[in-house]
Amino acid sequence: MRHLLDTRDLSRAEAVSLLDTADRMGEVGHREVKKLPALRGRTVVNLFFEDSTRTRISFETAEKRLSADVINFAAKGSSVSKGESLKDTAQTLEAINADAVVIRHPGSGAPQRLATSGWIDAPVINAGDGTHAHPTQALLDAMTLRQHRARLASADTAGTDLAGLRVAIVGDVLHSRVARSNVWLLHTLGAEVTLVAPPTLLPVGVDAWPVAVEYDLDAALARGQDAVMMLRIQRERMNAAFFPSAEEYARLWGLTPERLRALEAAGGGTAILHPGPMNRGLEISSEAADSDRSLVLDQVTNGVSVRMAVLYHLLTGPQAPHGPDEEGHHDR
Amino acid sequence: MTAEKYLIRRARLLGERTADLLIADGVIAEVGQDLEAEGARVVEAEGLIALPGFVDVHTHLREPGREDAETVETGTRAAAAGGYTAVCAMANSHPVADTAGVVEQVYELGRAAGWVDVHPVGAVTVGLAGERLSEIGAMAGSRAGVRMFSDDGKCVHNAVLMRRALEYVKTFDGVVAQHAQEPLLTEGAQMNEGAVSADLGLTGWPAVAEESIIARDVLLAQHVGSRVHVCHLSTRGSVEIVRWAKERGIDVTAEVTPHHLLLTDEKARTYDPVYKVNPPLRTEEDVLALREAVADGTIDVIGTDHAPHPIEAKECEWSCAAMGMTGLETALSIVQLALVETGAMDWAGVARIMSVTPARIARIEDQGRPLAAGEPANITLVDPRARRTVVPEDHQTKGRNSPFRGLEVPGSIRATFCHGHPTVLDGAVAGPRTDA
Ligand SMILES: [Zn+2]
Repeated sequence: MRHLLDTRDLSRAEAVSLLDTADRMGEVGHREVKKLPALRGRTVVNLFFEDSTRTRISFETAEKRLSADVINFAAKGSSVSKGESLKDTAQTLEAINADAVVIRHPGSGAPQRLATSGWIDAPVINAGDGTHAHPTQALLDAMTLRQHRARLASADTAGTDLAGLRVAIVGDVLHSRVARSNVWLLHTLGAEVTLVAPPTLLPVGVDAWPVAVEYDLDAALARGQDAVMMLRIQRERMNAAFFPSAEEYARLWGLTPERLRALEAAGGGTAILHPGPMNRGLEISSEAADSDRSLVLDQVTNGVSVRMAVLYHLLTGPQAPHGPDEEGHHDR
Repeated sequence: MTAEKYLIRRARLLGERTADLLIADGVIAEVGQDLEAEGARVVEAEGLIALPGFVDVHTHLREPGREDAETVETGTRAAAAGGYTAVCAMANSHPVADTAGVVEQVYELGRAAGWVDVHPVGAVTVGLAGERLSEIGAMAGSRAGVRMFSDDGKCVHNAVLMRRALEYVKTFDGVVAQHAQEPLLTEGAQMNEGAVSADLGLTGWPAVAEESIIARDVLLAQHVGSRVHVCHLSTRGSVEIVRWAKERGIDVTAEVTPHHLLLTDEKARTYDPVYKVNPPLRTEEDVLALREAVADGTIDVIGTDHAPHPIEAKECEWSCAAMGMTGLETALSIVQLALVETGAMDWAGVARIMSVTPARIARIEDQGRPLAAGEPANITLVDPRARRTVVPEDHQTKGRNSPFRGLEVPGSIRATFCHGHPTVLDGAVAGPRTDA
């Protein structure tokens, strides 16, 4: 693995190995000194062409916990907004010897372009590109689901995949890089994915994906799901006639208090995930977001661990890290 | 006319019978066996195929306004290198070719360059804005003698305006060439809408956005008894609509680009914007339908849609990149690869789709003529046995945006005679006419 551009490129073994590393990285976050020396002296650039405080902070935390030197390069207020090209920016980063580039970009494919154009040698990590992919989000979702299943079974996560896990991804699949990356990773890990959305918010061509497609959220939930992943919906979509009104969207495809009660009544261990930031009252009700079933905060915590694991694998090779416990005391 | 004399020896005319062609005073003086050289320079053409000089109904020369991308001089030199003797220069320059002044400027630049005949296309609407008819009559009556009108790059999507344009050009036996793209269905579109766009998260350009406009336009042409030409047809559905229209006797002609005959939207998976083009690359099913449609005459002509761009317009992320590909210098090879070598078409067919019918559609009287005594000496000599690797840096066009970079293709242009003057000789660019 030289870059992380898309979960579609990951084999099952690579994904499981990343998740195993992420679980171990998670232990670091629970210690008093939350730091490993693994990337000491290495420079990681966070190249953000699109605002995303949450994702940037998560990456930055991961980088700092691995002792990397961090450079934040935001397109807004930098030379990029004055018309400097991606190529020139990349060559600048190459000239300052960046060891890895984390890129967030509004255009689908920009990270792949950066990785394959020859403008830069460093590994490229996709932190979200347009409506294409968001591989670290999918990995943190998989990590969260894996932990959830292990917890229910009182088992260990190490080496496991998500075989047979039923996951419903609900909402604006068409515009969602989170949905795309989850489809491929969950499929690779053996989960059974159902996409639930109004037909307007499913891409033409979705029938080629390894998923089931359903328009009726209640029917999908009634069949039994181990997890439901609610996607963020932008209110502006109704202006382009993707749905008539926010109220109707919430009623038909939102995780409303009524649907939460139905899940409770069914008695299964259905978990609730959301990539954030949430539109409370639109795609998810506060009752659902704040319920015991919600793993939203676990997702945030796991985001740091997964990003540490990805950086670790890309910059130090695919072998498992030394136990954080032995390495921990090397640190300040 | 030129005082130059050439004797093309033992060429296979349209790939059929072998004969000598004597060129003098800009015309074919004689066709026959073992002709006397009579002081003419001899061009040995054993094994070469002689075709009437190619005519491109769809070229973007960029001048005036985007001389950084292409000039009339570089674009027409590229055309000559590709075996062309005439091109129709699309109207989307800056300023737009929507007045007699601009079309005469482009026409004169073409004459001064001397590589091929340049026939400017006039804009249908002022500034390509789709609101008011441009000076169609003035352009038709200008020295450029415009007969083809197009807002190419933009679709004349207003149905009333399209109807009026179709009616109005009948005054001059003109034709409206439509860039069929329903604008609301293609807002922000980046590539063909289908399985690949779903994976890549790129906004889709659905086939229906092309097909619905073509369906409307053939019905309009039928209703008002006019002639309509469909630019760069790209989908199987469009083929079926044009086939249906022709069966009903509607006066419609259709064009396809070389790249739509060979490449598919799978290329977009690289996110390399050299494959970004409008209309977009479609699916394998579409490619096969397009080839079949050329073979059965549903599609009438090859139009290159040669669209050079400066390097920086493509050396960026897909979403920021310009749409378009160069095509003049690879057209013959791609046609040979996609149509001749697949058995869809013989060389006489190539002459028809690359020269005879394009000239007829654009109403160019002195192009696309038979290889016969007394005809203008517009002749292209093709070596069908040649194999070459496409190297855009070696091209005459300023554009380096060829989607065929690195591809080994058949066929090469050994010579191009434009009104009796060799613009290309011995497989290399020779020189422009200086007498035009
Ligand atoms: Zn066009």
